[in-house]
Amino acid sequence: MTDEQIDHETGVGTTGHEWDGIKELNNPLPRWWLWTFYACIVWGVGYTIAYPAWPMISGATSGVLGFATRTEVAQDIAVHEAENADLVAALNAADLTELPPTDDLHRYAVARGGAVFRAQCSQCHGQGAAGTTGFPNLLDNDWLWGGDQEAIAYSIRHGIRNDTDWDARYSQMPAYGEIFDDDEIAAVVEYVTSLGNSDFDASLAQAGEGLFMDNCAACHGNDAGGNRDLGAPNLADAIWLYGGDRAALTETVTNARFGVMPAWGQRLSEEDVRAVAVYVHALGGGE
Amino acid sequence: MSETQLYAPREPIFPRRVSGRFRQLKWWIMAVTLGIYYLTPWIRWDRGPNMPDQAVLVDMANRRFYFFWIEIWPHEFYFVAGLLIMAGLGLFLFTSALGRVWCGYTCPQTVWTDLFILVERWIEGDRNARVRLHRAKWDLHKWRLRLTKWTVWLLIGLATGGAWVFYFTDAPTLARDLVQFTAHPVAYVTIAILTATTFVFGGFMREQVCNYMCPWPRIQAAMMDPDTITVAYRDWRGEPRGKKRDADTGDCIDCMACVNVCPAGIDIRNGQQMECITCALCIDACDDVMDRIGKPRGLIGYMALTDESAERAGQPVKSVWRHVLRPRTLLYTAVWASMGIGLVYALFVRSDIELTVAAVRNPTYVVQSDGAIRNIYDVRLRNKQGEDAQLQLSLTSDAALQIALQGQDNTDTVTVPADTTVLQRVYVTADPQASAASRAVTDLRFWVEDLGSGERTSQATTFNGKESQ
Repeated sequence: MTDEQIDHETGVGTTGHEWDGIKELNNPLPRWWLWTFYACIVWGVGYTIAYPAWPMISGATSGVLGFATRTEVAQDIAVHEAENADLVAALNAADLTELPPTDDLHRYAVARGGAVFRAQCSQCHGQGAAGTTGFPNLLDNDWLWGGDQEAIAYSIRHGIRNDTDWDARYSQMPAYGEIFDDDEIAAVVEYVTSLGNSDFDASLAQAGEGLFMDNCAACHGNDAGGNRDLGAPNLADAIWLYGGDRAALTETVTNARFGVMPAWGQRLSEEDVRAVAVYVHALGGGE
Repeated sequence: MSETQLYAPREPIFPRRVSGRFRQLKWWIMAVTLGIYYLTPWIRWDRGPNMPDQAVLVDMANRRFYFFWIEIWPHEFYFVAGLLIMAGLGLFLFTSALGRVWCGYTCPQTVWTDLFILVERWIEGDRNARVRLHRAKWDLHKWRLRLTKWTVWLLIGLATGGAWVFYFTDAPTLARDLVQFTAHPVAYVTIAILTATTFVFGGFMREQVCNYMCPWPRIQAAMMDPDTITVAYRDWRGEPRGKKRDADTGDCIDCMACVNVCPAGIDIRNGQQMECITCALCIDACDDVMDRIGKPRGLIGYMALTDESAERAGQPVKSVWRHVLRPRTLLYTAVWASMGIGLVYALFVRSDIELTVAAVRNPTYVVQSDGAIRNIYDVRLRNKQGEDAQLQLSLTSDAALQIALQGQDNTDTVTVPADTTVLQRVYVTADPQASAASRAVTDLRFWVEDLGSGERTSQATTFNGKESQ
């Protein structure tokens, strides 16, 4: 180091490198810093051997420790399933109508059912369960097939008007377009309209009442209050699955409707079916 | 031509023992800061049967932060953020007034290094003995001293890491579990890491942490100005340095006392430099020498750059307060204080019960079979008290609206257990003929009353009618 050059301004030695008269000062890093750097390289090499790292043509090296995030997720799920095993057993054994809302099991069922609902049911019934035309709103207090937890669970388990489950809820309204003429259809529509509205043609509705009593009341009831055994909707309330204006009612009477739902008992576990039933019941309309 | 060294080995530093005013002050500060750190987790504070009785507890698992009578929930983290901002502003204030006073007196790196040097001195002797030992061969004597020193350092590190984990769970329980080897592995790993960092930072890295790792020495230059009072050498008094008997020399006798006591290994006579943490030990060392050679103290001392010309000319200098009280420090103090007043105010007005209302807007409203319009709200009820609370929900509105609670038949009261949150779904219904049923938006306000204490709090929201779509 005898011929090390000292910069006069700063009193610091230079590296001897010079560009156009500008010399590079040498403020050396501490030696241990260099060793830390080497240690990081060694660590990095070891890490790429131990863990998935090197990209190959398809996938990457798997690492000698066999670590994989998917395996971790599977383990986490297994851990949670083991932790929830008691709750699942209790849910499967419970009488859903007797489950107090403040109970831990109820909270678990609502949380689990909500997750299943958002994944499996929301495509038709909506994320908020408000449904849309032809797909029932599950938040209101109107139920086609029954609104207690067990009735809801049955609807979910076996589905509506499907071909895959013999126990599915099933009913079919005739297409009155083949039975009534247009005037008769208009009269029945006017009578149904008169049940919940003040704005209607009284004489036309009067004409429709007889047709209704002869043809429709068998399923929908004399008071048009519906029949849950047949899934016949209440026509006297404010809720319409396919629309309550005259055009929608005419379409319904003429061609009938045939809404279907899969038998979820064939796709989901029993505890998931029960959890969804509890969740739907707790949405606000449950009986 | 010889090889240029791009990497330098650490220059070992052997600070000599020193005594004096500042050393005394630093002993006290060390005792107080270490005392606070080690003992705080053991202070008990009775909060009732359902709550932890540790005065200072960061309860990560249950997401609570306890500080004596104050309990912070996660949604109140702004209190902690506010404290951190105050700590930052406080640091600005002290740095602009007194330079690196944080570094020199209270920084954990300084305090623990000081403690480690104290241990080193007890075991290996003072500076000269340590220099000799450093150069000596690794014989039995050197091994014995080194191993003794390292063992004591490790024990201090262990106590440091051990105290840290006590802040995060009940200290007596964890202490018992740690001894019985039944504590959670995280506790042992944390202790091991902090033991290692304390051992290495305090024993071997020392000033290297300040010089190479800590960003603060660089940042604080922005907080300092010529009025900042900091440790400096009065070169007009000391120079030219030399032996006392030479007539034309200054007061500095070049005894190297200031250099020998410096834990950063620098010469303060070269002026302010990045490595100086203003620990003031050179002041004590120099004052001692000045006393002995019969010269006035203060050849090295706290001074401000603006006083330099006045001091040179032998004129009176500005008082300390004139240096400290200047627009910059007053501004820092004002911001710091208003932050603190705001936090204290927020602390006293906050309620023991709280509600947050999230209106369910998917769908905007639900038509019931009788034509009534229903809106759904997710109401989060918080009970921050140590005992269960009966919280009664009600609403006020210009329009006629009915309230009903999901799952609670015929009651408007929810039991919220101690120190917990309950999410309650609330239905608000307007009759078919009511104005709120047809109007687009109706204002309403949810009220919650603690039936035990009578405390009330509210939150406003809106009700959507048919015209909202």
